[in-house]
Amino acid sequence: MKQIVILGGGTAGTMVANRLVKFLPSDQWRITVVDQNNEHLYQPGLLLLPFGKYKPKDLMRERRDFLPKQVELILSNVLAVEPALNRVQLSGHEPVAYDYLIIATGTSPRPDQTPGMDDPSIWRNSVFDFYTLDGATALRDRLATWSGGRLVVHVTEMPIKCPVAPLEFAFLADAFLEERGLRDQVSITYVTPLEGAFTKPVASKQLGSMLEERSIALEPDFVIERVDPETKTLISMDEREVPFDLLVTVPLNMGADFLAGSGLEDELNYVKVDKGTMQSRSFDNVFALGDASDIPASKAGSVAHFSAEIFTENFVDLVQGKPMPRAFDGHANCFIESGKGKGLLIDFNYETEPLTGKFPWAGIGPLSLLKETRANHLGKLAFRWIYWHLLLRGRPIPIPALMSMSGKNPTTTN
Amino acid sequence: MPVIEIAGKQVHVNEEGFLTEYDEWSEDIAKVLAQQIDVDLTDEHWKVINFLRDDYKTEGESATTRRVQTVGGIPVKQQFVLFPKKPAKKMAYIAGLPKPKGCV
Repeated sequence: MKQIVILGGGTAGTMVANRLVKFLPSDQWRITVVDQNNEHLYQPGLLLLPFGKYKPKDLMRERRDFLPKQVELILSNVLAVEPALNRVQLSGHEPVAYDYLIIATGTSPRPDQTPGMDDPSIWRNSVFDFYTLDGATALRDRLATWSGGRLVVHVTEMPIKCPVAPLEFAFLADAFLEERGLRDQVSITYVTPLEGAFTKPVASKQLGSMLEERSIALEPDFVIERVDPETKTLISMDEREVPFDLLVTVPLNMGADFLAGSGLEDELNYVKVDKGTMQSRSFDNVFALGDASDIPASKAGSVAHFSAEIFTENFVDLVQGKPMPRAFDGHANCFIESGKGKGLLIDFNYETEPLTGKFPWAGIGPLSLLKETRANHLGKLAFRWIYWHLLLRGRPIPIPALMSMSGKNPTTTN
Repeated sequence: MPVIEIAGKQVHVNEEGFLTEYDEWSEDIAKVLAQQIDVDLTDEHWKVINFLRDDYKTEGESATTRRVQTVGGIPVKQQFVLFPKKPAKKMAYIAGLPKPKGCV
């Protein structure tokens, strides 16, 4: 009997467990998932929760319900991974030995890593994160009674989970405040360490002009040094200052603490892997999927999904002693909410930046790439159903794992 | 990829002028590249550049400002003093390495 241990029962861990049981005979393979709790959170919903679109209970399900029956679920904190001993240390549980380890423990916001950011006098009072359920809920309550002032939307450092989310937050805040008759009493500033609204030229141009249309100021190349809790000011490494009344920040994102010192991780505790196979660069029987790895792709559910598909097919070959023939291309597919019932869609990979065009079928769509449409917004809303019913359970969706150029306009036409 | 002449040598660059071949770089080329972006190279600059060159050899990608701080021992704040406004991009440019990934 061979043992696979999957650390993390979130998007990536759940999907890969569901896929593996389809390919590996249960009389030869035992699969164990470890997570600290039994609550599976629909993370894309955290963006809309602050604007009252979802309630916390709309976004929560039990992890156990999305894992196959034959998969064991251990609820425990991971204390340490010992890759040289093929063993994982857990809190309040026997150590678990493995033949293969899949790390899918994601990434977490770490406001404690920026001086002043989580100072109790401002944290979740005038400074909020929204990638956690507590943060998004606290922000919803603050926005409900906010009377206006300087709103600053801020990204601390790349990479972050869902790199378009802070932009979406700025667009949605603009629409929300306008609806409430407050927009002319609010200035919105988007502060980013990047050179522009986004990383890649075509998308950065489109999204940058969407900021302009909404009178959202852009403060690029801003690498934060600290937050001054007394004056409520962001201060950069090169001593620029951005004052705020309400700060919505994406704190530094880091991989799980237990990875520090394991020999698997980079300086942000992400597992260093081969970007095509997701195999650890130091131990052959260790893999990382989803946000937990250091692949140079978006930390997004779509990337977790597509890479889990490639990983599973490769893994079946690997356990038969064959080489892994498939290479993941960094395919990401992300909806971008732009407010007022519209949205954009981007589809890209390691090599190809987000382009304009139609998706998934050339000339037909029905979705449009990098363009605001109602259909894209409806796609985003429908995605919650797809997530719970198809994606997590490893059922097929009509988008191939590797990116296709079909329907995309090359860079000259945008 | 275009080929241009820097410090009397033919080198391959991308559309933004970043060198694309690790082995075509030399200290003389670095001096010219630094001049082009108004950086006066001091010993402290060289410490960063040498770290970036060595790190790239083992890691296969350009170090981030965070990595230059935690592994190379030069604080981000100091990197901003040495390479004003856009340290990550400027350091990589002078060191003849690819622009660090924007991490989409």
